[in-house]
Amino acid sequence: MHNLIVSNSALALTGVFVLFALWIGYREQLGIGKDLIVATIRCVVQLFIVGYVLKYVFKVDNWLLTIALILIIIFNGAYNAKGRSDGLRNSFSISLTAISTSTIVILLVLVLDGAVKFIPSQIIPLTGMIVSNSIVAMGLCFRTMNSMFKDRRSQVMEMLALGASPLVASKNIIRDSIKTGLQPTIDTAKTVGLVALPGMMSGMIFAGADPVLAIKYQIMITFMLLGITSISSIIGCYMGYKSFFNQYDQLIK
Amino acid sequence: MHQLETKNLYYTVDNKQIINDINWWIDKQEIATITGPSGSGKSTFVKLLASLLTPTSGSVIFEGTNVKDIDPIVYRREVSYAVQQPTLFGDTVRENLEFPYQIRKKPFDENHAIKALQTVDLGKDDLDRQVTSLSGGEKQRIALLRNVMFVPKVLILDEVTTGLDSDSKASVHKMIDYFNTKYAVTIIMITHDDEEIKHAQHLYIIKDGKMEEADQNA
Repeated sequence: MHNLIVSNSALALTGVFVLFALWIGYREQLGIGKDLIVATIRCVVQLFIVGYVLKYVFKVDNWLLTIALILIIIFNGAYNAKGRSDGLRNSFSISLTAISTSTIVILLVLVLDGAVKFIPSQIIPLTGMIVSNSIVAMGLCFRTMNSMFKDRRSQVMEMLALGASPLVASKNIIRDSIKTGLQPTIDTAKTVGLVALPGMMSGMIFAGADPVLAIKYQIMITFMLLGITSISSIIGCYMGYKSFFNQYDQLIK
Repeated sequence: MHQLETKNLYYTVDNKQIINDINWWIDKQEIATITGPSGSGKSTFVKLLASLLTPTSGSVIFEGTNVKDIDPIVYRREVSYAVQQPTLFGDTVRENLEFPYQIRKKPFDENHAIKALQTVDLGKDDLDRQVTSLSGGEKQRIALLRNVMFVPKVLILDEVTTGLDSDSKASVHKMIDYFNTKYAVTIIMITHDDEEIKHAQHLYIIKDGKMEEADQNA
């Protein structure tokens, strides 16, 4: 980590970029000044809090505390995914099931495989990555389902009228929503290393790690992301479609 | 016991009464024609009959049982509903006629499908046609066939002949007569068509959510 020396004064000087953004916003009358200031303050405060909390958790290195943090991240993730659901019924419980399943499955595989150790410095950043990618996938799935149930309402109703179950009547929508949830990860996997060096790999190289080792970790992360988005999208869509029907198998949204 | 019956049927959306205390019935093999001004509640009424909407109060009774107590999937296979502007599924006519088999997990009976096509003046050659190549009238006929591949007890037709040319309309009428006569299917049809109203067996008018039987001699 000897390559990483960010002095407080150097950090403060990078704040000039925020001033630049504020100036652009003022000059172009974008009306984003307040938002930008709030975002900057939140970013600094949140990251400092997280930094100190992580420092403490890594130092204590207690498995119970690690699990507690994992649970907090999962609950927070489910709450965030709910916010992206456009009012979908039961979206919190759906998100919680999808995010916790993908987190547990992925962490178990990685730990049992020996790719990572069950120590807070490895598990917590990984959980953060898993949950944030789950949220993105769930948000995409929810939004796609909402718009498709609106656009294809007549088709779904006709299928129901012919005696199809809600699952059969929603099959195409579920399939397309899962595809949408997976698409960004697939696209990223295709261009990784060609267009941009991903965050984790850049971070490791930045911190002085061997690029080949960084690549190995990045491959592992990319595979992991494909797994996360698949699990989250499948659970989210197969649980989510039910929210569009009532107990009499009628379309309600 | 009537085959299909409504008792004190009400349906309200956002405090607006769409269906207002309808008490109505139909017996096996009868043909009921329902008409009335646009927005009067006709489609809502038949959707309530087809169990695609739940009454705010009152009940729909099928063969003596409240529809609420019947598995909706089983019920909709017995009381089949067809719409004015149907959406065809998949790419070909075959996929549409296969759909009723798929949902019942039964193998597709091609010969039966060809016979069904013939009842609406189409044939074997049409089975593998792309749905994009079909005219409006042909689309409507294919959509209707999906409802009768497995013969229902009641067929609800929501303005299915609106906008059709005379040939397509005649094919649809022929199909309705065929299933009504040969299989004793009860028919409930909504229409604005003067000829269909004129030849109605039992004519009902829905106005402002209320239903009345029309005096056909007037």
